Amino acid sequence: MTDYNFAYLDEQTKRMIRRAILKGLAIPGYQVPFASREMPMPYGWGTGGVQVSAAVLTPEDTLKVIDQGADDTTNAVSIRRFFERTAQVAVTTVTAEATVIQTRHRIPEEQMREGQILVYQVPIPEPLRFLEPRETETRKMHALEEYGLMHVKLYEDISRHGHIATAYAYPVKVADRYVMDPSPIPKFDNPKMDMAAIQLFGAGREQRIYALPPHTPVVSLDFEDYPFTASKADHPCGLCDAQDSYLDEVIVDDAGARMFVCSDTDYCTGRQVEGYRGTNNKEGAA
Amino acid sequence: MTPLLQIKGLTKTYGRHIGCADVAFELFPGEVMGIVGESGSGKSTLLNCMAGHLAPDSGQVIFDTRGAGPRDTLTMSEPERRMLSRTDWAFVHQHARDGLRMGVSAGGNVGERLMAVGARHYGDIRATAIDWLDRVEIRADRVDDRPTTFSGGMQQRLQIARNLVTGPRLVFMDEPTGGLDVSVQARLLDLLRGLVRDMGLSAVIVTHDLAVVRLLADRLMVMKDGNVVETGLTDQVLDDPQHGYTQLLVSSVLQV
Amino acid sequence: MVIRNCWSVPCCRCDRGRCPRAYAAPRGICNQKKMDAMIEISELSKTFTLHNQGGAVIEVMRDAALSVAPGECVGLVGASGAGKSTLMRMIYGNYLAASGQIMVGGVDVPRAAPREVLALRRETLGYVSQFLRVVPRVPTLDVVAGPLLALGMAEAEAKVRAASLLAQLNIPRTLWSLSPTTFSGGEQQRVNIARGFVHGYPALLLDEPTASLDAHNRSVVLDLIEAAKARGAAIIGIFHDTDARNRVCDRTIDVAQFTPGMGA
Repeated sequence: MTDYNFAYLDEQTKRMIRRAILKGLAIPGYQVPFASREMPMPYGWGTGGVQVSAAVLTPEDTLKVIDQGADDTTNAVSIRRFFERTAQVAVTTVTAEATVIQTRHRIPEEQMREGQILVYQVPIPEPLRFLEPRETETRKMHALEEYGLMHVKLYEDISRHGHIATAYAYPVKVADRYVMDPSPIPKFDNPKMDMAAIQLFGAGREQRIYALPPHTPVVSLDFEDYPFTASKADHPCGLCDAQDSYLDEVIVDDAGARMFVCSDTDYCTGRQVEGYRGTNNKEGAA
Repeated sequence: MTPLLQIKGLTKTYGRHIGCADVAFELFPGEVMGIVGESGSGKSTLLNCMAGHLAPDSGQVIFDTRGAGPRDTLTMSEPERRMLSRTDWAFVHQHARDGLRMGVSAGGNVGERLMAVGARHYGDIRATAIDWLDRVEIRADRVDDRPTTFSGGMQQRLQIARNLVTGPRLVFMDEPTGGLDVSVQARLLDLLRGLVRDMGLSAVIVTHDLAVVRLLADRLMVMKDGNVVETGLTDQVLDDPQHGYTQLLVSSVLQV
Repeated sequence: MVIRNCWSVPCCRCDRGRCPRAYAAPRGICNQKKMDAMIEISELSKTFTLHNQGGAVIEVMRDAALSVAPGECVGLVGASGAGKSTLMRMIYGNYLAASGQIMVGGVDVPRAAPREVLALRRETLGYVSQFLRVVPRVPTLDVVAGPLLALGMAEAEAKVRAASLLAQLNIPRTLWSLSPTTFSGGEQQRVNIARGFVHGYPALLLDEPTASLDAHNRSVVLDLIEAAKARGAAIIGIFHDTDARNRVCDRTIDVAQFTPGMGA
């Protein structure tokens, strides 16, 4: 059985990633290029998040990994086992007990506290990419704070759909300076980004890291007459009756019957343990 | 009166080939300067050097900025120059697709400059865009259409609206009517004349078409092989040309 | 140059209570100060060099001199080709001078900067040429209102003035919204004159203003010229029609005396 260095990466790589993280924290929202390593999972499977987690983990940490809010999907399970094996850190599904939380496309419903680190997996770090394909040009736009084009996209949405149609990866302006892609979290989660925990964003394929120190002001872009709304499905959770958590829509049988349940499995389970029951769950605890 | 634009000793060479040599002139508010010459005369090189698209080898392009008085734009930092080109300057390209975002609606194209300088009210932006489309004679119901669905003349007019929406004081135009049908040209020239007069614009227009220059420009510079061979009031240069090349040019124009 | 606003007296440039814009005013325009001559020409010479025809040099004018006071109308006479139109074009700045001086309202035209000449043409010096040159497809009313719009007058008022002049010159109302490029010679000439008289220029150059006009319209034009004289304009005109010339011109000048090779 081969021994791994703590958390798989060699110390020099971790140092390089930590430098990038520090730079990112010093300039909130600025995309810091880093030398993304070949990881034992392909690009597109969370290598950026894994590298950032590997660089910040210490033996005393407790790790939680979620994928679309759930601890028990394949990707979350794989990554959690990867770190159990290479770092031997304690793992948990309970948000409040974790010190490092790696997430794909959701922010936990449970309020994040000081001392926690939230690591996001990011596919495309550049918010302007779909409007301006040239990297040379987007870098200049960020450097010169030329973000008119971002509002053009929102304008086009309103003129075509009557409202801003972006439902996830909704662009934000951080610390009143950089426009950032918060990763494909639903826009419902955007207000949560003003939090007490440190937020780190890793894009492995695109080789960028960016970061937000605690309590950084995060403003979702909008128009004065079309303000940002953090919207979700207009239902309570079918299992725990939560009114204000982000919901997944689940088809339950071949007839097409559907159920809305909390996307954050830990949050939902926690509420059920406390005795909350939704309409689909009246018979008793699962 | 301070000139709006002062060009001094502007020179650009490509190896041994002269792009433009030692060009100098002053432009005052409300004046339209035409630059004519045949292909290879250096007129486009000169325009691009003035507008900051090309770096000249030597010379100064001094613009009377709103905040800081006359400043040499060639020594400005890039952010300052880019800001200038979005607010006080405008550039109308020969081909509308170089001056427009073809994947964005007409309203978005006109509104982009407004949003780039901080406009954040959708209703106001849209109203301003529609107002400008009306001024360039594009129907308001085309505001949400992409420029790919417009005719050449409409695309050119949209380009003008996009450029003028922030009220620039200086407009650079590179063959603005090139490639358009004659009737469309006439309409565009009308429009440009009206806008120049109503907005008190100054303009530098590069063209090879003497008829366009006679209609649009107060003053004229004739270029040949990178050198300015004659300059003066447009009607004077065209009616009483002094230089041999100008005389040749004027006598070559076909009469309708 | 002095910045001058004609606040207290009607401005003789634009006939209104006050000047719409303050800018460097050539001396002598305000009618508080009367100058001896509005147009003063001395030692004026002109040569054409045809580079593409073997460099042929043609001297067409030598030592021309002329003086026109406000309210005066001087007629230029001389054989065809003697240089009447040439002289007029030089005064307007359309032709360059080889040497000499042309003072119009205090501006030395051959030596003035382009914008000074442009300002002069806009406010002080009007020119009615023999041919109507217009931007295609612009309606007649807008053509005539043009000079007033260039001076900053509001569009509605400018059009009212233009309309009154077109009516005076018997251009039918139905034609006002059409471009004059399709009009008859006489109609075009009248539109040209309307444009030349819509603004009260203190100096006017008229090249054959009554050519191709019938007796009635000729009379209207001569009335306009006399009215301009009465308000103090200095006028130089070329009239082939002797009657017209005798009616409005205070004196005549034979340009042949300035033409080398022609008798004087």
